[in-house]
Amino acid sequence: MTAPLALSQTAINFTYLVSAVLLVVGIRRLSAPPTARSGNVIAAIGMTIAIVFTFLDPDVDSYWLIVVGMVIGAIIGIASARLVKMTAMPQMVALFNGVGGGAAALIAAAEYHRLAPLGGHLAGDEIGAMLFSALIGSISFAGSLVAFGKLQEILPGRPLVFAGQQVVNGALFAAVIAFGVLAGSTEAGVWMVLLLVGALVFGVMLVLPIGGADMPVVISLLNAFTGLAAASAGFVLDNTALIIGGTLVGASGTLLTILMGRAMNRSLANVLFGAFGAAPSGGAAAAAASTDGRSYREITAEDAAVMLAYANRVVIVPGYGLAVAQAQHSVRELADLLEKRGVDVKYAIHPVAGRMPGHMNVLLAEANVPYPQLFDMEDINPEFPRTDVALVIGANDVTNPAARSVPESPIYGMPILNVDEAANVVVLKRSMNPGFAGIDNDLYYEPKTAMLFGDAKASVEKLVAGVKAA
Amino acid sequence: MTLLNSITIFVLAVFIGFEIISKVPAMLHTPLMSGTNAIHGIVLVGAMLVAGSADSTLEQVLAFVAVVFATINVVGGFLVTDRMLEMFKRR
Repeated sequence: MTAPLALSQTAINFTYLVSAVLLVVGIRRLSAPPTARSGNVIAAIGMTIAIVFTFLDPDVDSYWLIVVGMVIGAIIGIASARLVKMTAMPQMVALFNGVGGGAAALIAAAEYHRLAPLGGHLAGDEIGAMLFSALIGSISFAGSLVAFGKLQEILPGRPLVFAGQQVVNGALFAAVIAFGVLAGSTEAGVWMVLLLVGALVFGVMLVLPIGGADMPVVISLLNAFTGLAAASAGFVLDNTALIIGGTLVGASGTLLTILMGRAMNRSLANVLFGAFGAAPSGGAAAAAASTDGRSYREITAEDAAVMLAYANRVVIVPGYGLAVAQAQHSVRELADLLEKRGVDVKYAIHPVAGRMPGHMNVLLAEANVPYPQLFDMEDINPEFPRTDVALVIGANDVTNPAARSVPESPIYGMPILNVDEAANVVVLKRSMNPGFAGIDNDLYYEPKTAMLFGDAKASVEKLVAGVKAA
Repeated sequence: MTLLNSITIFVLAVFIGFEIISKVPAMLHTPLMSGTNAIHGIVLVGAMLVAGSADSTLEQVLAFVAVVFATINVVGGFLVTDRMLEMFKRR
């Protein structure tokens, strides 16, 4: 197939301008709740315009590779976006991000192969952009796959650390840069291959030592990386759509990463090099010992239900445990029942409840929990001293008072929900095992805390039955 | 297009990228990340240009995989974001 019609480069650049405007408007609308959904649609329209008019680019003289590739990609994309469970959303985003980075790296590799043998043809800026795209795209691809593996629990969520890791990573990065310099100066393919392989290994090594709890920040950072890789591919191909689209994501993604880090009170350097919960080898032993030394109180679902039914103020603290058990609908039923009895029910949403900021809001919205009952951390924390029962459902690290009081704790300084200030605390949990960050929670040993063990959904259903009977 | 033009566009886009998301409620962090994730799927345009003009078999293979990858990024990204935002619709 050859191109039956082609537009001039000027005409195509004009459509890219239209598309860029739509992308900017789209992102802007995505950042406010009432307009978010239309923002996504507008951005998608902008994207479609850019893609459709690229078919008419005079440089495109063969269609079949593109069409077959797009059909396959669309089938995979539609199927995975449709089938993924709401709880698995974060790892899905990681995967989509990874393939984007991979595409940028492949573009750079293909262009390098096409142009490098011409010898001396490559301008300095072109080769620089190519190498940058290959480097960042590969890191993003490999890093995103590791992030996916950790969240999907194919890989252990705990930080994987070994002695001298930072030295090894530093040496590896230096080697990758050296490959890049050689690929640029000699224009020999072998160095490009080494650059790609080295960057992939570096991407894996970069994310492996990062704990599961920090994964949202990492995915957001890799998202910004892929944006920059795409922008850089735009410099290689002299394409404004790529430069604008990629840079918008690179910049806004960087800011979003900082905002997320701030919500968790973790600097980027801390996330990347701090090995969150790196203590577990020693810490796990210490945690087990402290469990042995102290006692906790168990409560039956019936007793807990009575406590809730006769309370004035109840605050529900949902966590990832609620999400995996798919308990959000049962929780709403419980809240409705309590409200009917005149109990004031609020939900306390920690900024990183679930596995990503905003994740819990999505899950509760799915269960039709009314907006006005959802409270952010800053708004709900002053309410805890006046709360009769704080019902913690599958949330752990975000309620751990050690973040306030134990400077040695890996989560020290992270803002938490002050659940321990409520008159009574009921914790729904599968067992006494420590949470995602692998840290024991002192809250569970407080005299006012009662533990209700079991699957979150089953426990909440028992509470519902209990409240009905009360 | 000169390099200076490209750099001008790049720098202005950096500023816009920072400005447009300055005040985002935490609730929208995940959908926004997912939405911007779909937008860097614009790399598909680059993959198309390379695939449409690839000469050797190796370039064709690389470009073909790039098109598949980038399409997954675009299609999956926008759909998954829409699914998240659908949950926020007013009742």
